[in-house]
Amino acid sequence: MDTLNSVSRTFYNEILTEHNIHPFNKRDLTDAGFIKRGVNPSCGDDITLKINIDENGIITDGAYIGDGCAISQASCDIMLDLVIGKNKEEALRLKEIFLRMIKDEISDEEEEMLEEAVAFADIRYMPARVKCAVLGWRTLEEILK
Amino acid sequence: MDIDKFKIRADFPFFEKSDLIYVDNAATSQKPRQVIEAVSDYYIEHNANPYRGLYDLSEDATGRYEHARKRVAEFINAREPSEIIFTRNATESLNLLAYSLGEICVNEGDEIIVSIAEHHSNMLPFRMLAKRKGAKVIYLECNKDGSFDIEKFKGLLNEKTRIVSITGMSNVYGNITEVSSIVKLTHEKDAIFILDGAQSVPHSITDVQALDVDFLAFSGHKMLGPMGIGVLYGKKEILERMPPFLQGGEMIEYVTKDEVSYAPLPNKFEAGTVNVGGAIGLAAAIDYIDGIGMNNIVKAEEELTRFAMDEINKNPYVEVIGSDDYRMHNGIITFRIKDVHPHDVSSICASLNIAIRAGHHCAGPLHDYIGISSTNRISLMFYNTEDEVKRVTDALTKIRKLMGFKE
Repeated sequence: MDTLNSVSRTFYNEILTEHNIHPFNKRDLTDAGFIKRGVNPSCGDDITLKINIDENGIITDGAYIGDGCAISQASCDIMLDLVIGKNKEEALRLKEIFLRMIKDEISDEEEEMLEEAVAFADIRYMPARVKCAVLGWRTLEEILK
Repeated sequence: MDIDKFKIRADFPFFEKSDLIYVDNAATSQKPRQVIEAVSDYYIEHNANPYRGLYDLSEDATGRYEHARKRVAEFINAREPSEIIFTRNATESLNLLAYSLGEICVNEGDEIIVSIAEHHSNMLPFRMLAKRKGAKVIYLECNKDGSFDIEKFKGLLNEKTRIVSITGMSNVYGNITEVSSIVKLTHEKDAIFILDGAQSVPHSITDVQALDVDFLAFSGHKMLGPMGIGVLYGKKEILERMPPFLQGGEMIEYVTKDEVSYAPLPNKFEAGTVNVGGAIGLAAAIDYIDGIGMNNIVKAEEELTRFAMDEINKNPYVEVIGSDDYRMHNGIITFRIKDVHPHDVSSICASLNIAIRAGHHCAGPLHDYIGISSTNRISLMFYNTEDEVKRVTDALTKIRKLMGFKE
């Protein structure tokens, strides 16, 4: 069986650690139109996602507050970078591609669409942490669907 | 006597097959060959359903099972083997008590005292009991090192107190509870004292008569035995008054359509086919521990803890939960690394081939009490080496750098 150990010494690459230590989107969005809390009870990841969507279905702004492991926090931060400015359908499509990336089932074009979120591709070797990487995406989906 | 680590580790097939540094022993221990072979020998040569068959093989299985019970009784210095009930684990033992003991001694308005440091297994069953009976669970708070303030305990005790159930060794702090005065005060109120020995029995000498506890619960798998075998010790006169927990086979004297008379101890509490292989494995684990000597195990684990605490204290970013004194930790070092989430610490350790725990260690209310959502935990066993400990503490010094902190 492949393990993280046989793939790389550490999963925590620079993209991930940078977004964890200096998150761009971690702030309170006081005038948010949509607010949703996402929790992983077993490990204590706890985020509250706040976004604004305009009349054309475009995500005009987004931010999150909360705490949790670096994977959950950085993944949420990167997700917001990706989806702000996109419409609901595009955001949901990115979520679906992100989930398929974890199963190693995406094309090169799709990989490019994920931009920095590809930093989480190796999460597949840490099955116990997949829920951390998808917490932000799962919470976003609950707002959008 | 110092333990010969080389010789000891050769007894554990796990260490031959794996180069993982396993320091999550409070979760479960590895198993020596002597235990594995005792279990497989039973299933290869002696397997039959005990008590039931009127043939040699079944009688032999009965004999082996009862011998295991006798070994457990000797190990904790019970008065007689019939005071030993085999269960699946400490959790089941405590649930048995919450149900059966609760039936005879807890009524509406009564109080049950547990400590805030308890494992969920020694808290939730009594909360369930309290709810069922209209009783109340009262929490004994602990000090910063995990110890209990006897004056605080006195303040909680009263005429309504029926049960006091407290851990013998915290699985977060690692400190041993000073049980004797708590037991004495409990008995002065005619209440029952239960000791959760899941963590203490594998790592300290336990003498139920000297401690005068009414009940003791522990698991086999944390003390080199197989998973799925645990123990409930109880004073005979109380066990005899308690109703059975589970109903079924081999726990009755006679059953008619309208009547049932229960079997004497210990069978009354062991409904259904019992775990003979597990009990034999546990007896082999006890033989193994006795072969080394619990005194020597305690000494070896204290030495390892001292070394680990010394190394950890060199790291300015690690905060140890509990006492600064290594003698209060008994192999358990729970900690936080500054600004790194415990799950990330644990995952990085995993990538460095080190198994340590992250989370609340089944002590959620304690983590709330000390105001931390989760922690990491190293838990050592006598078979661990200083070299292993050093590799763990070296790994901890790398973690903040790997997480992108520049210092």
